[in-house]
Amino acid sequence: MSFINSYASELFKVRRRPALWVILSVWLALMLLFTYVFPYVGYRDATNAREATGLLTRLLPASLAGQALTGYPVWGGSLIVVLGALVAGSEYGWGTLKALLSNSPGRLTVYLGQIAALFTILAALVIVAFGCSGLASIIIGATTHAQLVAPSASDLAKSMAAGWMILCMWCTFGVALATLFRGTALSIGLGVVWVLAVENLLRATAAIVPVIATVEKGLPGVNAGALVAALGGPASTAGGTGIAAIVGGAQALAVVAVYLVLFAATAGLLLKRRDVQ
Amino acid sequence: MSTVASELRASAAVVLRARGLTKRYGHITAVDGVSLAVHSGEVLGFLGPNGAGKTTTMRMLVGLVRPDAGTAEVLGRPAGSPASLAGTGAMVESPAFYPYLSGRDNLRALARQVGLPRERVESVLEIAGIATRGGDRFSGYSLGMKQRLGVAAALLKDPEVLILDEPTNGLDPLGIADMRSLIRGLAEANKAVLLSSHQLGEIEQICDRVAVLVRGRIVAEGTIDELRGAPQLVVRATPIGDAEAQLVSLLGRDRVSRQDDEIRLTIAPEEAPRISRALVSAGIDLHEMRREERSLEAAFLAMSGPSEKGETA
Repeated sequence: MSFINSYASELFKVRRRPALWVILSVWLALMLLFTYVFPYVGYRDATNAREATGLLTRLLPASLAGQALTGYPVWGGSLIVVLGALVAGSEYGWGTLKALLSNSPGRLTVYLGQIAALFTILAALVIVAFGCSGLASIIIGATTHAQLVAPSASDLAKSMAAGWMILCMWCTFGVALATLFRGTALSIGLGVVWVLAVENLLRATAAIVPVIATVEKGLPGVNAGALVAALGGPASTAGGTGIAAIVGGAQALAVVAVYLVLFAATAGLLLKRRDVQ
Repeated sequence: MSTVASELRASAAVVLRARGLTKRYGHITAVDGVSLAVHSGEVLGFLGPNGAGKTTTMRMLVGLVRPDAGTAEVLGRPAGSPASLAGTGAMVESPAFYPYLSGRDNLRALARQVGLPRERVESVLEIAGIATRGGDRFSGYSLGMKQRLGVAAALLKDPEVLILDEPTNGLDPLGIADMRSLIRGLAEANKAVLLSSHQLGEIEQICDRVAVLVRGRIVAEGTIDELRGAPQLVVRATPIGDAEAQLVSLLGRDRVSRQDDEIRLTIAPEEAPRISRALVSAGIDLHEMRREERSLEAAFLAMSGPSEKGETA
């Protein structure tokens, strides 16, 4: 009962927060632009018929399960790190954590309620994002007079679950950083730099340093990209989306799950054990 | 404080008890073996200069900070445990709320967290005197309104124990009077209140007892009267030296002290006629004889020591 109350309270607060809606709107807009709009423009302007066919195939409903996950491992993930860090870090910045914990049914109950509320919002985001992606793919199919073939329901379900899991992992990464640094600014900065810069640099270095190639296989973003690749996501040629089958799908799923639990547990443990000033 | 009040206190249950609470930050001991007890129906004032350890003690009592030594219990449960927090309302340091939510929504979020109905939110907004501004965003509140919202949040659970850290900060005189009557009303409703404040006048008017904290230690605890000490009789007479000698022979050295051209006597007021007769019959000119009570401020400053005097209100 305490957990349900905490969850309801967190959901009540977070869904009224303007920053949440800004982040989710930007996330959805970027997702549509980079996953459907720009590839469609690329298809329309393509001079090579084979390249055009390949692009179009990715954009049709039959490829929805993989294509819709394009942004999740890297740039989509970075925005979700910001969301996690913002929600957890603001509690320190505003001093509301004190009020929350001195009113509360227990620190872990409060924390679990907060995490559950964030995961709920991310689940809703994935559902809306897949809906928008589906709509975009239908419009592209209709515009190009291509045959519309529905994706398999099980592929779609797996893809949505994997996408949700990847976003939850990045979100708990943001929450863990914010809890560790007791604020938003440093945690957002470090989180975004890690997702967008450090992992990309390590990927680039892996080609020339064998040890880094081994380390690379354990990175959260690399495994998120491998998971998307295993579900039919378009492999990244320029390294921008981070989708590459560097490890197998099963390993990628396990590593993403381990990171999710690790980040969530780290934040929970820090909150449980440390003094709140 | 009257004997009746002491007897009432003795019969009331202790709902908050700290024993030897200690908190260190590196080589600094912020709170050093603090022990106190608050009874139901009582307002205990927590008085001390800035940095004395009042807020750290309060943080320990609501479980925000873990003590390095000592224990605390609220309502018979370890302080900070979910069971103790269920019966505790607290406002520690400045009131902190979500700036993007209205005052009402902030309270609704807290109420949801502990499963309270929406009606309770309206009730405490009314009690705190901000019902008409409940729909405004917290970020637009004045300091006084933020304080009122903080107190409303502390009252939300209708707690048995209230821990309020300087609740009148930023309030206008009317607000201070409202808060005073609210806190006294809570005590009359048998709630226990631990109240920290810099306002000595406020402490005098609201509190049944006072604990004075200096450099992390409780240096005095008792009723306001006990802290002030016994009233004194001030005598101005000439020649002052003869008057002093006469009074010392009459009362003893320990009850007579001289400060410049005044002699202070620690005696019961009923003894004044006897003193005046003795002085006059010894040929001493008696210019003035008046009863003087030490103010709480004077008592507090004496307890705080010279290094803290500049920091107190």
